[in-house]
Amino acid sequence: MASASLISLSELPVGASATLRDFPKAGTAFLRLREMGLLAGTTLTLVRTAPMGDPIEIKVRGYHLTLRKSEADHILVEPTV
Amino acid sequence: MALPAHISATAAGAASRQPVYALVGNPNCGKSTLFNALTGLKQKVGNYPGVTVEKKIGTAYSQHGQPITVIDLPGTYSLAARSPDEAVTRDVLLGRRADTAQPDRILCIVDATNLERNLYLVHQILDLGRPVILVLNMMDLAARAGLEIRVDQLEKLLGIPVIACEAIHQRGLIELKLAMSRADLPLARHAWTVPAAIAPAVSEIAAALVEGDRKSPLVARAEALLLLTDQDSVRVAGSTPLSPRTTEILRAWQSRWTQEGTDWAGTLVSSRYEAIGTLAAEVVQLRTEVGPSASDKIDAIATHALWGWVVLGAVMTLLFFSIFTLAEAPMNWIDGHVAALSDTIKATMSAGDLRDLITDGAIGGVGGVLVFLPQILILFFFIGLLESTGYMARAAFIMDRLMSRVGLNGKSFIPMLSSYACAIPGIMATRTIEDPKDRLVTILVAPLMSCSARLPVYLLMIAALVPGERVPVFTKVGIMLFMYALGTAGAFFFAWLFKRTLLKGEPPLMIMELPPYRLPGLKDVAFHMLERAWIFVRRAGTVILGISIILWFLSAYPKAPEGTTPTAQLAQSFAGRAGHAIEPLIKPIGFDWQIGIGLISSFAAREVFVSTMGVVFNAESSDENTAPLRTALLSAKWPDGRALFTPLVCFTLMIFYVFAMQCMSTIAVVKRETNGWKWPIFQTLYMTGTAWILSFIVYQGGRALGF
Repeated sequence: MASASLISLSELPVGASATLRDFPKAGTAFLRLREMGLLAGTTLTLVRTAPMGDPIEIKVRGYHLTLRKSEADHILVEPTV
Repeated sequence: MALPAHISATAAGAASRQPVYALVGNPNCGKSTLFNALTGLKQKVGNYPGVTVEKKIGTAYSQHGQPITVIDLPGTYSLAARSPDEAVTRDVLLGRRADTAQPDRILCIVDATNLERNLYLVHQILDLGRPVILVLNMMDLAARAGLEIRVDQLEKLLGIPVIACEAIHQRGLIELKLAMSRADLPLARHAWTVPAAIAPAVSEIAAALVEGDRKSPLVARAEALLLLTDQDSVRVAGSTPLSPRTTEILRAWQSRWTQEGTDWAGTLVSSRYEAIGTLAAEVVQLRTEVGPSASDKIDAIATHALWGWVVLGAVMTLLFFSIFTLAEAPMNWIDGHVAALSDTIKATMSAGDLRDLITDGAIGGVGGVLVFLPQILILFFFIGLLESTGYMARAAFIMDRLMSRVGLNGKSFIPMLSSYACAIPGIMATRTIEDPKDRLVTILVAPLMSCSARLPVYLLMIAALVPGERVPVFTKVGIMLFMYALGTAGAFFFAWLFKRTLLKGEPPLMIMELPPYRLPGLKDVAFHMLERAWIFVRRAGTVILGISIILWFLSAYPKAPEGTTPTAQLAQSFAGRAGHAIEPLIKPIGFDWQIGIGLISSFAAREVFVSTMGVVFNAESSDENTAPLRTALLSAKWPDGRALFTPLVCFTLMIFYVFAMQCMSTIAVVKRETNGWKWPIFQTLYMTGTAWILSFIVYQGGRALGF
């Protein structure tokens, strides 16, 4: 496992990039996110949050994707320094 | 290997029949544009039996004029289905649907600006062992984003025809049609190694599929791979279930892996993406680094914490402003022509029941619905525009948080908002909501938003409620706004209630792509608008015609003696008697049998209430001038001499119209969109029931307070 600098995706500051590290294995949401290209090792950028703070918008593999914080909470990322 | 698969597919039909192509692709990749460009107006739209998923089949013509059938399958990111729409795509491709023959060939369209993610679906589809043509759409946008795509290299690596294309500009279509009419489409040179940990399971399940489910070996392998990623697979009506033996083997492997801690689904997805990554590295090159795209710049404002709301508000204001201003002229035109048609028939046919049936029943009833067509068309046009530009996804993104409070997601916002103008386009727009329960809840509550047909009723009641000529305008506006707010609050309350009780489900997800902003294809938007409107007219038409004729019959029979006034005729008709019959039911909410006639007849459409009141109280009035009718209403009395339309009754009547399901067109559309009579009947009962209960509370409460 990588060093202890892992945070959840919802804690990532706006504009920051990170590498995806860990992901729940079960659940339709997470399977779909994987199929849309979010895999361990994938880099992503938190583009913005919606006006009311949720959902969030990320950029991954060259496209923009939204997901709710309730899902982002379970996604562990390593911020790019 | 490939030969048996191909033969078994074509063996079903005659050897010489035209090839059937399935068109598949991710959402937002330009699939419908390509489908329209290929098939033109030669399309048939229906439903897959048993599910409310749209079945679109069209005919394209090759360069030599040979017809080619194209089935447009719902857009999906993966064959592991998450919604009924995606399940249909999966089932048709796998030959699991008895109502649709397995397509011979597959046309796979991808967004060239976003090749990696789009190729995931292609990768799954190549497993199916059918001839595939890959269409790289939006090549111009890819070039603008600084991407160089080596089409011939991709063609060489995959071993299938790859066509560069700009569907919206009709570019690349000739090449595509030439490829489609080739007799000898090659199978993909598509080899990827299934991860070693999973390979034995794939072969075992594939073998079971061949034996137990009579699948061809190639499809069996693809289906085995799919079954392993399709964890909570969506099953829909019309899909052939798996044999028990296959299910058993699948379960055994899954429980074994769960014990060992093997992440089989994740491993499969990762290995596909690895293969795609290798492919993409050889094919796509970022030639020039471009700065923030136009989309990024627009979104900096359009989804900004403050400006986002301003933009959303402006877009919605523009929408409603155009509906109410642009629709007026065509509505008057339709009104005029319907009346003129009636008059012509009245002048040419001899008087009699048949003439009245045609003019008052059929033409009157259908005309009363057609009058809303301009509004409906404009709404469909705007919804199409919002979708094709990409703003729809932004509106959903902004509104998701608010909608989540009642258990829905942002995608319910536009359908509900559209319902302020008319619930019909709103309900038909719910097809973009993937989750069937969310879709149903949105359909159930959408008609609570005060639509434009309620306006004439509100206006008449406000005029009767505050009769003085010098009543401050803000009193009237205030009452009106209160009714709109009440309907909206009702819609949210019932959405919350249904999501907690009747249609309890997982909290909806908001995993949604925000596609780049694009200039709308006006042809596609116009086409979409006409297609939706036609579906409405055709599907609702029969129900509306039927109910119109019943309502006409109720008010025209039994016949009164010659020389009876229309008012007296209506009073002694079945409708009048029905008014009397329901009086005990509506007396507790302050209405008499005459208002009862209005309630019954306005079941056709709410605004009919005004014209019925005109006949009941024998007062000529028009939309512009309600004064004579208002005077007539105010002088109406109960038999004991009490005034009928007291301010409290007027107010109660408005409350009733906020909630009651008084619209046969909506009922007809809900029947189409929910695939049966169960939900429209439930909806009518709960809405009208709520209307009665609230009216009762308001009326009795008001009386107790001395109003």
